[in-house]
Amino acid sequence: MTSMHGGDIAVVGAAETTEIGSLPGVSMLNLHADAARNALADAGLTVKDVDGIATAGPLAMEVSHHLGITPRWLDGTMVGGCSFLLHVRHAAAAIAAGAADVVLVTHGESGRSRVGMAGRGPNPSSPQGQFEAVYGAQAPYSTFTVPALHFLQERGFEREALAQVVVAQREWAVGNPRASRRTPTTVEAVLEQPPVAWPFSKDMCCVVTDGGGALVLTSAERAADLPAGDRAVYLLGSGESAGAPMVSQMADPGSFRAFQLASAEALATAGIGHADVDHLMAYDAFAHLPLYMLEDIGFVGRGESRDFVAEGHTGKGGRLPMNTNGGGLSYTHTGMYGMFAIQEAVRQLRGEAFAQVPDVGISFVQGVGMFFAAAGSLVLSNRRP
Amino acid sequence: MPGPTPVPTPDTAPYWEGAAAGELRVQQCTSCGEHYFYPRPFCPRCGSDAVEWRVAGGRATLVSYVINHRPFPPVEEPQVVALVQLEEGPRMMTNVVGVEPLPDNLPLGLQLQVTFEQRGEFAIPVFTPAEAPR
Repeated sequence: MTSMHGGDIAVVGAAETTEIGSLPGVSMLNLHADAARNALADAGLTVKDVDGIATAGPLAMEVSHHLGITPRWLDGTMVGGCSFLLHVRHAAAAIAAGAADVVLVTHGESGRSRVGMAGRGPNPSSPQGQFEAVYGAQAPYSTFTVPALHFLQERGFEREALAQVVVAQREWAVGNPRASRRTPTTVEAVLEQPPVAWPFSKDMCCVVTDGGGALVLTSAERAADLPAGDRAVYLLGSGESAGAPMVSQMADPGSFRAFQLASAEALATAGIGHADVDHLMAYDAFAHLPLYMLEDIGFVGRGESRDFVAEGHTGKGGRLPMNTNGGGLSYTHTGMYGMFAIQEAVRQLRGEAFAQVPDVGISFVQGVGMFFAAAGSLVLSNRRP
Repeated sequence: MPGPTPVPTPDTAPYWEGAAAGELRVQQCTSCGEHYFYPRPFCPRCGSDAVEWRVAGGRATLVSYVINHRPFPPVEEPQVVALVQLEEGPRMMTNVVGVEPLPDNLPLGLQLQVTFEQRGEFAIPVFTPAEAPR
């Protein structure tokens, strides 16, 4: 019997939009389409092979119809930037259950140019609208960032801890023409920048770009028959969870329980431990997030994340290379970055990354969504157990 | 105009009516004793619908914040976007006002007192440093 985990389901196509960055001539919907067509070409498949569609942002049927797909399975799970991690998890369950054969997961967002996008901001009568937005807690930089000072002070960390994340990740992006920020920087330079929302300076906040990405999933059995079958990436385990959809209502501002729950389920379903992970993608809309994730997933103990990054363990030659595309802080961030975290994990596992880490066998992808509201986790491998 | 205004629902109207009257109202569960925020017609801790409105004391502690330097029209920058914990227990988002928005003036743990900022027909609860330490 086919399982959703354990390597029975594979990513057989993965691609980003042909260009990323500033694309004022491309609508949100056509960013989905460009990414989807690239991913299908990567898989050696066409839209006629696809019978399942998952996306967030537009409705799933808007994307399937636009592409000429007639779906027999749809997933419009919307939990913000980690939606695509949940889509992979749900698609794997659907394929294992026989509800779909080939699932396309798409992301496209004109985050910078805002072409073909809906308006911003919460419903003013929602809890977020009434009790957060009225205080200027609406934009990501003035909302997602609010718990960080508490996190830092609880551990005896200073602002330097945030700058060290920026510097460590920038090194991965240096020279990558697709990265928005690709010149080296220093802790001093990052700290001296004018604040966007103190304690966060500009480079502690993600870039804002246009772009997209897509994934094609099918059974490992079918993957073996595809021309790119030897580049398949297998889903070993996954998890998802959610907490409060309002930053002010986090159960603990110094830790995010959904990271703990989703990651623990991903490791357990994969049947692996932390030491088995070769590579980590930790969704970094802002520089505090990888610190939360390192601790909440359990790669380090509470209070150990700052030194782990500062000592180079997440950099080149480190024991846990992290955010090897430069992350949302340096590579790209359209608004829902999770798709790009998965794309980089797939590239590393295929040996096709710009800054390739030697011998990556297992990659862990940790996503976050709607600020500190939702979490998704994936364990991916280039070997079927 | 100093900032956005809320659109109340029937469940939250008593909160905003209280604010207009100079009261910070929160709900308390009479089954388990929990004070909770934001308003809803049942206790999020134990599920009981035996809940009542209370007038909070208005004292709070500064838990975390950012000093937003980006324009958030029509708000004048910079603005202290803060997470505070009421002495009754619930945490809420707010602004800290009445103090120059500098990190040295805003140590975590700072004791705060509620005050109200008039915006059109609404009074928005915000906080200012308490005059005397408790």
